Amino acid sequence: MAFGAFATGTAQEQAPRRKSKIALILLLPGILYLALFFLVPLVSLVITSFQQPIPNGDIGEYQTAFRWENYTDAISLYGEHILRSFFYAILATIFALLFSYPLAYFIGVKARRWPLLQNLMLVLVIAPFFISFLLRTLAWKSILSDESIVITGLKALALMAPDAHFTGTASAVIFGLTYNFIPFMTLPLYATLERLDTRLLEAGGDLYARPAVTFFKVTVPLSMSGIVSGVLLTFIPAAGDYINAGRDFLGGTGTAMMGNVIESNFLVTLNYPAAASLSIILMAVILVMVVVYVKRSGTEDLL
Amino acid sequence: MTVQEGLILAKAETTQPRRPARGRPRFGLGSWMLPVYSGLALVFLLIPIAYTFAFSFNDSVKSNIVWRGFTFDKWLNVCDKAEVCEAFGNSLIIGIIATVCATVLGTMIAIALVRYRFRFRSAISLLLFLPMATPEVVLGAGLAAEFLSAGVEKGLVTIIIAHIMFCVSFVVVTVKARVSTLDPALEEAGRDLYGSPNQVFWRITFPLLLPGIIAAALLSFALSFDDFIITNFNAGTTDTFPKYIYISAARGIPAEANVIASAVFILAIVLVLTSQISSAMRRKRQERVG
Repeated sequence: MAFGAFATGTAQEQAPRRKSKIALILLLPGILYLALFFLVPLVSLVITSFQQPIPNGDIGEYQTAFRWENYTDAISLYGEHILRSFFYAILATIFALLFSYPLAYFIGVKARRWPLLQNLMLVLVIAPFFISFLLRTLAWKSILSDESIVITGLKALALMAPDAHFTGTASAVIFGLTYNFIPFMTLPLYATLERLDTRLLEAGGDLYARPAVTFFKVTVPLSMSGIVSGVLLTFIPAAGDYINAGRDFLGGTGTAMMGNVIESNFLVTLNYPAAASLSIILMAVILVMVVVYVKRSGTEDLL
Repeated sequence: MTVQEGLILAKAETTQPRRPARGRPRFGLGSWMLPVYSGLALVFLLIPIAYTFAFSFNDSVKSNIVWRGFTFDKWLNVCDKAEVCEAFGNSLIIGIIATVCATVLGTMIAIALVRYRFRFRSAISLLLFLPMATPEVVLGAGLAAEFLSAGVEKGLVTIIIAHIMFCVSFVVVTVKARVSTLDPALEEAGRDLYGSPNQVFWRITFPLLLPGIIAAALLSFALSFDDFIITNFNAGTTDTFPKYIYISAARGIPAEANVIASAVFILAIVLVLTSQISSAMRRKRQERVG
């Protein structure tokens, strides 16, 4: 599946060098397409990010320039949103990892004896993908609204302040991000844990290691490639998301993330240079974080 | 594990005849906690789906938030809400065209990547990897900036262009996994039997690749059908199903949207389950033969 994209280095076959003309014909259309609709857009995003308004022009009219102040403006104006995006995304990634690891461990290791159960559980993990992302999020908004059983119940049990809200808060946005990206975390974890050699765990026990020690010294290192893929697959979309934080969804007045700012600048206020410079900042920060993270976790063959 | 380490381990086993006791008792906390947690985790994942499904039967008038009683009306008259059906139709058209194009382009690339050697291989791999690692909002804004500077009017066509772009990489990854499991000897045999390259491809390679291609196409369609972020930047005034939900979120989603989402969900689950069952049966048959 798609998650293999981040999986450990696939063994490249020793394909014979033959008929490179055929290879060219096979590659050319797709590569040209990606060049035209992926690379050129990135370049035009960079160009747009340096544009300046046309003097006496209409709203949304810009000319090519080298106005690097667009970047400093974006950072000083939206610094809060930038920090918030990464803060929310990091928390959601941690929660998704904590939620998914035991689940993936059960499906991949404990349920091995029952392939049917394993497959059924996997289908249930990906089931949320089959229902609209937006409707899922709106469903949570209703389930956790102030009038809902969950929240009134929590308030009756005095676990929540009587005048507190859940929807519209930072916790709700982080909750939504966590929920929506859990399958992206669970599947790669499952894929590596499924191949885990359980004899190694027995060896740990035989060598007098407590289960916790065996877990942290054997299981976790062996599933590192799954953890890295899961973290990337969760963190990247979570950092750029603008559904969960939207006001009509789980967010409120103080929860806007970078995605929300990029959207409103691009589509509402038609401030393309601001939206473009924010996009470039988002992509640059994500690239730096991904490279540092992958290097530190020692799975460089991933990229 | 090196040989030495293995020897050390073996020695440890012989010099210590008493096997250490298992860390936990057989019916202790650990043995049932994990299954129970996993079950609860799956229930948690399914809560919003159950909610969406239940509220497709709500006898709602305007907004579909308060439960007003059970009805089949919304299922029977989905298209009474014409905008919902129109948006759904657009999503289907976009999904089908984008899937066909992305599957063809991606399959060609996957075959080339596994079967042929060429220069700039790592550059091409990077080009295929990057769209999957780029936040959707950047992909959407970039493409919209390109359309803006080229003066292209946004609409159905620009949405399709965008969807093909982000589906291609996923198709390549999925089909590539299948191509690399193919035994080249089968094609070799076809050539030895004087099959023309065309015959070898269509009679041997393609049928063997088909399960991978179908999986890739289904994945593309699912990605395209549910995409909102990239679509929103490149749609202009055209509505897709997710975009319709986004716009009407402020004033309340009609139950008809729940009906369509639930129907799509049921269809997808049935498709996945049948493919799982049929592949399980195929495996069993192969076991019996082998």
